[in-house]
Amino acid sequence: MTEFRLPSLGADMDEGKLLEWKVKPGDAVRKGDVVAVVDTTKAAVEVEIWQEGVIEALLIEPGTTVPVGTAIAMLRVPGEAPGMVPPAAPAAASPPVSAPSPKAPSGPVSAPAEATVPSARKPVSPAARKLAAALGLDPDRIEGTGPHGVVTLDDVERARGKAPPATASVPTPAADRAAEMRKSIAAAMSRSKREIPHYYLAETIPMQRAADWLAAENARRPLTGRILMAVLQLKAVALALQGFPELNGFWRDGAFQPSKAVHLGVAISIRQGGLVAPAIRDVPSLDLDRLMASLADLVKRARAGNLRSSEFSDPTITVTNLGDAGAESTFAVIYPPQVAIVGFGRVAPRPWVDGGEVRAMPTVVASISGDHRVSDGHRGAAFLVELARRLQEPEKL
Amino acid sequence: MTITYREALRMGLREALARDQRVFLVGEDVGRYGGTYAVSKGLLDEFGPERVRDAPLSELGFVGAGIGAALGGLKPIVEVMTVNFSLLPLDQIVNTAAILRHMSGGQFAVPLVIRMSTGAGRQLAAQHSHSFEGWYAHVPGIKIVAPATIDDAHGMLGAALDDGNPVLVFEYPALFETAGELSSARVDIAHAQVRRQGTRATIVAYGASVPKALAAADQLAAEGINAEVVDLRVLRPLDMDTVLASVRKTRRAVIVDEGWRSGSLSAEIVARIMEQAFYDLDAPVARVCREEVPIPYPRHLEEAALPQPEKIVAAVKGLFQ
Repeated sequence: MTEFRLPSLGADMDEGKLLEWKVKPGDAVRKGDVVAVVDTTKAAVEVEIWQEGVIEALLIEPGTTVPVGTAIAMLRVPGEAPGMVPPAAPAAASPPVSAPSPKAPSGPVSAPAEATVPSARKPVSPAARKLAAALGLDPDRIEGTGPHGVVTLDDVERARGKAPPATASVPTPAADRAAEMRKSIAAAMSRSKREIPHYYLAETIPMQRAADWLAAENARRPLTGRILMAVLQLKAVALALQGFPELNGFWRDGAFQPSKAVHLGVAISIRQGGLVAPAIRDVPSLDLDRLMASLADLVKRARAGNLRSSEFSDPTITVTNLGDAGAESTFAVIYPPQVAIVGFGRVAPRPWVDGGEVRAMPTVVASISGDHRVSDGHRGAAFLVELARRLQEPEKL
Repeated sequence: MTITYREALRMGLREALARDQRVFLVGEDVGRYGGTYAVSKGLLDEFGPERVRDAPLSELGFVGAGIGAALGGLKPIVEVMTVNFSLLPLDQIVNTAAILRHMSGGQFAVPLVIRMSTGAGRQLAAQHSHSFEGWYAHVPGIKIVAPATIDDAHGMLGAALDDGNPVLVFEYPALFETAGELSSARVDIAHAQVRRQGTRATIVAYGASVPKALAAADQLAAEGINAEVVDLRVLRPLDMDTVLASVRKTRRAVIVDEGWRSGSLSAEIVARIMEQAFYDLDAPVARVCREEVPIPYPRHLEEAALPQPEKIVAAVKGLFQ
């Protein structure tokens, strides 16, 4: 029997609230299956499991907030017989009030029965759900009197009269969520600036070739198949990084752990304020079409608050791109435990010396912020030179 | 002054003909016979054969002639006897009238009004009982209006003639005998209107379904459900502001549409409510539409095939229990 513990879904996550179980006791799961949806301060995230087995028991109920590392489910690994729940309740840093402890095995059958949670979502009308959230009520605990037991506005109003004052595990209204996100960004960025000795480098890169190639390429494509300059930049970063392992990986427990794979975190601003930087996995292996599709999908889901847990914990380095509306250059703050971040300013025509003459040419200022505990400016500069070279050969990206 | 819906239509026609020499009425049997539904009775004597013109049995021809007259500076009112026959001049309406302003780069307007009767309920059987308002409401370039009240039957024609673009006015034989007070209020062809205030559910209807919706609201009130009734009036462009304001207030909606359900105007309204007011809803939006069969001839079967107050009452109650 193995405990499945609430994973950390980012450096800034201390706790999470279980919104929904996607599995029930008895379900077989495989590595990568989504087992739960957890609300972090940034978004509702689908949590994947990293071990094969059969869910034996669910230890916490939806609506419960628990610290990272708390056992939230028991997993029977292949080979184990069912019903072998260990007699002691799983140790948790601070067990949640509502978590039912798994029962000691009194018989060989149906041990997990008490710990189950109904897997079907309770019907709640959209207006009732909104009001319940505003009032800090859990709509799943309100008795529904509408057709098919739907929880309606009237039911929420009735529950409001009886309900105890809002507890810590209430749903987070949108305004609170913005404040929470601001808090978590503050925590991560303060930690970064406190712990990471940053060095900063920048290089202006001519983009005429990339722009010409992209214009010709897009002219051949249907409107829906067009790719963005940002995609070329992401791909160039990923390919350039392959020669610079000291920029790609994590600083953990006082040591650097390089990563073989390049999973690019993409900084995405959220309309209500704040930002997230989920990963596009294994960027060097993606052709531009697939990278474009991944980027579009990621932006859409990030703004809908619909990301997966691995996308938060995976990035081995982050890229921030100010885009067309941005400033000329950016010197970004490293997102711990990563050890570097690459920034792109706005691509715009600027004076450029070419063959002894000044010409107007699209250029971009690329920058790198590096962790001086891991790498030196010399290597950072070499990386920018390699990045510039890659962007002069757009057809090879 | 209390008049019938038919008299209100005739009064609107007479005022339009009297007000502007460029206005003329053309259609099958509109002159000597006085109109198939007797709407234009007496107008030939009053305005003469130049202004009230009987057309041959060729909808494609005389609707096209109306478009030509509009392009030439006149203000034609073309009567197509029923929406059922409007499938013959569909090309003139959709491919010419609706599009000429666009195709000419804005050089030619088509200030044309087409009147036609529509709907079922008078035992005219499957070929003469269609409701195709929703089809026409699909087409950019034309406006679609559906008078359901005495004031609208009287006033919408004038507003349509003033619009300067093709307007289709749908008239409801099922309402021709209804009588009511004519007010002096001016009517527009831009807004939906709340015909009855309510708090617990919104019934959205148009044309002949409006009185049915009001009757349903009366029954519901007796049972303690206070329903609001919105008369769409203008089917294109839809005044969703009024519909959404009502739905946001009552949080429940039933759409009544005399057309068939699949691909209907009611489907469009449901979709827009979902797009813009989903989080304000306390129940799924429901619909009461024509059954998806050709309209039967026997009265009891025809009634069973159409939206009725009892069906609307049941649909509204279904949102609560």
